[in-house]
Amino acid sequence: MAFLNSWWVYTIVGIIFAYVLLQSAIFLIKARKKALELGFSNKQINKTITSSMIFSLAPSFAILIGLVALSKIFGPMLAGMRLGTLGAVTYELPAAINVINGVYGMNIGDVLTPEMVITALWVMTFGCIPPLLIIPLFFKKMRGRMEQINDKDSSWNSIMMDALFLGMISAFVGYVLAPKVVEGEEPYISLLAILVLVSSAVLIMVFGILMKKFKWDWLKNYALPLSMISAMALAILFASLGVR
Amino acid sequence: MKRTYQDQLHFEGRYFMLGALALFITAPLMISIVTGVWPTFDKFLPGFFATAIIFWPVTTIEVFTFSPMLGTGGSYLAFVTGNLTNLKVPAALNAQDALGIEKGTEKGDVISTIAVASSSIITTLIILVGALLIIPLTPLLESPTLKPAFDNIIPALFGALGIVYIMKRWQVAIIPLIFMIIFFLFVPGSGGLVGIMVPVGVALSLATASLLYKKGKIK
Repeated sequence: MAFLNSWWVYTIVGIIFAYVLLQSAIFLIKARKKALELGFSNKQINKTITSSMIFSLAPSFAILIGLVALSKIFGPMLAGMRLGTLGAVTYELPAAINVINGVYGMNIGDVLTPEMVITALWVMTFGCIPPLLIIPLFFKKMRGRMEQINDKDSSWNSIMMDALFLGMISAFVGYVLAPKVVEGEEPYISLLAILVLVSSAVLIMVFGILMKKFKWDWLKNYALPLSMISAMALAILFASLGVR
Repeated sequence: MKRTYQDQLHFEGRYFMLGALALFITAPLMISIVTGVWPTFDKFLPGFFATAIIFWPVTTIEVFTFSPMLGTGGSYLAFVTGNLTNLKVPAALNAQDALGIEKGTEKGDVISTIAVASSSIITTLIILVGALLIIPLTPLLESPTLKPAFDNIIPALFGALGIVYIMKRWQVAIIPLIFMIIFFLFVPGSGGLVGIMVPVGVALSLATASLLYKKGKIK
């Protein structure tokens, strides 16, 4: 789809990146000025800036792994825009999958039409919009009470968030097992998909063990994207061995 | 009357955030206007519903959970730049801990804003450079050799994501998982129904979680 790599899409994405950088820079400069007024030294402030930047390097590179997967659908610039603004790969990919697979019955690996890609983009834009409305409209009034509200229900909130994800996960795990329908053939259960599912699960468990045993905390940011991309690579291997 | 620092943050933060919202909507809007391709309701609504039913509550809870940790400035910035759980919140907490500052204070607010802003700048630049570097590799993504990889994004993503959540809350996971496995294995044409089954899965797991929570079986 040529439009994904056209100059005007790059311009829109460039403006959004510039906006985010501008907001960050303005907030940084003003917060720095206030920090000096509050008695922080230049050394403390500079250390905070550099250590936050260094701290962010590893997780940022981990995001690039997800960028490769999302680029297949949206091209690198729109995928970068989605991952560089509100959202994360654990939101963007399921949202795109809900449209491409759930609505259109297509695979990410298929040749997608502009309608599919654009519909997915609209869904992703509105699918995570609440903070962008709640914060400007209610944050100032509720600022003091937010902590109380969170503390009151924090246990149930945590369970509810896990349950929401588990609902989605259970549907897609079931979907992996669903007989695949190919025109002119008998439906078949995809051993390839099951192997990839299991491989991905095993990989992240291995990463978990490595993190615990060797105290490799740095692996925490990479465990999910690495498991996903490694399992995708294994799919190529299994497919080349004739598994379907 | 001169605004206090907090009032100034709220004033500017609101404009920046609403501006960001407008820009985020402008991207798909401009693409639809220029290409002439618009989503139809019968395709948009089911995809939106399956997504919003999970992520509207999740992102709303995140506002209440994370904003006390991020402070005012940090919140207005972090919820525009995203990647909160893996980046912005840890950066804000680390920065405050490193200086021994109590969260929720003005000092904590300021240091959190500095940390989130610094993190946002570096992440945005890395993603931008990463995206630019991937551009020449885009034709590779369409290669038939890679097709099995992209055809299996769903099991690749949900295998890893699934096992983490299932192990964390197996009591909540059992019923929706068994239901979905039976449904998808035995209902003819089930593969085409995943869009509808996501909200069904959510309803099942919420009901299970609620029951177990009320009975004190999970905390």
